[in-house]
Amino acid sequence: MKQSNLHGEFFMQGNIACAEAALSAGCRFFGGYPITPASEIAERMAFRLPQVGGSFVQFEDEIASMASILGASWAGVKSMTASSGPGISLMLENIGLGIMMETPCVVVNVQRGSPSTGLPTSWGQSDMMQARFGSHGDYGVIALAPKSPQEYFDLTIVAFNYAEKYRLPVFVTSDAIVGHMTEKVYIPPVDELEIINRKYTNKKPGDYQPYTIEPGQWVSDFAKAGDGYLYHSTGLTHDERGYPDMSEACHIQLVNRLIDKIKMNVDDIILLEERDLDDADVVVVTFGTTARTVVPGINLAKKKGIKVGFLRLITVWPFPEQKIRDLAKHVKGFVVPEINMGQIVLEVERCAGGVLTKSLPHPGGGIHDFKDVAKAIEEVAYAK
Amino acid sequence: MQELRVKISGFGGQGIILSSYIVGKAAAIFDGKNSSMTQAYGPEARGGACSSQVVISDEEIDYPLVDVANVLIAMSQEAYDKFLPILKKKGILLYDTDLVKEVQIHNEIVAKAIPATRLAEEMGKKIVANIVMLGFATAQTKISSYDAMKSSIKESVPARFIELNMKAFQIGYDYIGD
Amino acid sequence: MQNKIPTHPMEDYLRMDRMPHIWCPSCGLGSIVTAFMKGVKNAGIDLNKLALVSGIGCTGRVAGYVKLDSYHTTHGRAIPFATGMKMANQDLTVAVISGDGDLFAIGGNHLIHAARRNMDLNVICVNNFIYGMTGGQNAPTTPLGAYSSTAPYGNYEQPFNLVGLAAAAGSSYVARWTALHLQRIQDSIEEMAKKKGFCFLEIISPCATVFARKNKGGTGLDLLQDYKRRSSIDHNADPQKIPLDMDGEIVCGVFVNDEKPTFAENVEKGTSRKVKEHPLYVQDRKDQEV
Repeated sequence: MKQSNLHGEFFMQGNIACAEAALSAGCRFFGGYPITPASEIAERMAFRLPQVGGSFVQFEDEIASMASILGASWAGVKSMTASSGPGISLMLENIGLGIMMETPCVVVNVQRGSPSTGLPTSWGQSDMMQARFGSHGDYGVIALAPKSPQEYFDLTIVAFNYAEKYRLPVFVTSDAIVGHMTEKVYIPPVDELEIINRKYTNKKPGDYQPYTIEPGQWVSDFAKAGDGYLYHSTGLTHDERGYPDMSEACHIQLVNRLIDKIKMNVDDIILLEERDLDDADVVVVTFGTTARTVVPGINLAKKKGIKVGFLRLITVWPFPEQKIRDLAKHVKGFVVPEINMGQIVLEVERCAGGVLTKSLPHPGGGIHDFKDVAKAIEEVAYAK
Repeated sequence: MQELRVKISGFGGQGIILSSYIVGKAAAIFDGKNSSMTQAYGPEARGGACSSQVVISDEEIDYPLVDVANVLIAMSQEAYDKFLPILKKKGILLYDTDLVKEVQIHNEIVAKAIPATRLAEEMGKKIVANIVMLGFATAQTKISSYDAMKSSIKESVPARFIELNMKAFQIGYDYIGD
Repeated sequence: MQNKIPTHPMEDYLRMDRMPHIWCPSCGLGSIVTAFMKGVKNAGIDLNKLALVSGIGCTGRVAGYVKLDSYHTTHGRAIPFATGMKMANQDLTVAVISGDGDLFAIGGNHLIHAARRNMDLNVICVNNFIYGMTGGQNAPTTPLGAYSSTAPYGNYEQPFNLVGLAAAAGSSYVARWTALHLQRIQDSIEEMAKKKGFCFLEIISPCATVFARKNKGGTGLDLLQDYKRRSSIDHNADPQKIPLDMDGEIVCGVFVNDEKPTFAENVEKGTSRKVKEHPLYVQDRKDQEV
């Protein structure tokens, strides 16, 4: 018998929708630490997890929170934490461990105005590069950016699925606007949701090695603590047995695979929303709630007769390089509005191959004036 | 129906956020429309002032914030002073007669007043002033149908207070605006 | 023809394919690992259900050598990692073995909070008074006046008294032994494995390579003889009153052995009725596993 989740149509806050999505996806452990504007997720999980046989622990800090969800995952339970910029900074150490040990879990970053303590109650999108490069070292990463409570729900499910499929901590990079926004959210019964569960090994103890990659796979099958496999896992560079191996050859192989398992599967991972791209002269590349707040500006530019295309990165990481390269062949240029001082624009610029790319930065705490958005589009459209 | 942008403002403890939630829920769940509610952020949330906002539309809502409002509900003088400038031409201002005393109404907007807090006090429960105001707003604007608003209130308040809130809603709904 | 290699007595419990280990000659860790494995075996727990978590450092490498589900995590974070494991699966016995620097410097906050919650973990701290793996830097346990590579004029800091700290933070079980007390260690590990709640064991362990070298302590054997000379057993000692220094008495014993509800028990007690009455409560939990 399948258990039922909370399902139906609700007028629900984004952060609550995120927590309900986690529960629907099968998350049964949450370790967290309070922080504005993400605390509603922890509060909801504290309330809901005991109802479904799961556990909630409020830790002494975000470092412990992140470490705990890795431990829970290795014990065989889907797990999540949620925080905002300052907390994510502390989590990055163990996000790196999760990357290295290849631990499925979900990390929600409800972004606020930064740097440092910044604007606790206001919004920003300035942790996008932190999500990509924040932990030390080279690795592949997945980050999903919702624009509405409904999508916050949907993408949190997707994040859990990607985490299981590619064995890594997956980011949901929302922000204070969508976190505290309340809209209609439809939650289907759990058996109507597409949910990927963990793939456990069918090998016998003794035959199983925790990091042996079968042909045609990018990650290994799982064994959880307590199942008699008596395996080892480490944050050190390791071989197929999970044993430390300090050789250059082993390191090259491991680091490449951590990157390639994402890079070679971009078609599966990348989700985009595309509007009016076919005959566009100018393409606005946007993500998260900014994709909504810039619409009046796009409409104003359209009224002035400019053919404006709209590309929304639902998956921000991995970045849709090929999409930008393809568009660059026939558009005059790109405009990239974001609530940061120009992060995703660097990626667009990198792939645009010299095609005009205009950054429309905003440091946070407010949103772009729609007239500025229209003006930027015009500048690109009429650039010599 | 065109997009309706609603700003509800007052001070902490008046149930301002709950009011927006009820308005948004009435539209999204009971009137079959789309609605988007966002809370006050940043400096708006300081000094006891409190505001929240709802956008209601038949279409998908792209822009969720309320920089210009079709409907402004003011439950304090500060709220009135602060948000009157964002009210559109032909917009509707609803305010609490006893809490917003310095009013300069110009003929580009429609202004209606109700002593919501006093009416609630007369019921013996000052706390339902926001529901009295929502009843009034339901009658005076197009933010919600009568049934949708009632259903939304019923689902949003504690069970033991439903009757009280229904009464408050009706008092506001029946009030002929000043 | 090759001669038959004699069987190692601990072969069933160690990853023999990882031998030789990286620890220095005369380090206490080898015999501590043996005592640990014997202790948990004597406790009669299913070793398939025992998970071992380590942090970083010499002691952090223990996880790599034992034939258990074992996790070598980040510096200082073994306890929260272990907490996640325990809360995800209460059927597991979860042990943490790490060093004094890992558990009390960078991981100190996690330790006191896990003890405060009475999280059902067995934490073994191997205290060698110094950072061994990184080359002999100052630790939060380095005695006042002792030399380390970052205290070239002698340590200026008061060290932590680990048993005092663990007891004050709320541990259910607190003990201290030296690496010489192998039978006692084994018995304590057995007791801890059987016991609920946050159990803490400090093991004073010789580091001839850096601590003794910097402090004219002689060889590993000299250090053990020093422990023999300095140590005494007093189970009734107040753990707050038995700090360690360079040359004084090393009071050993089991100082705290209390019965009190664990975190998980408090959760169950606190939420069960309220949760079960809630309309969202899911009764059938069999299919919750992923």
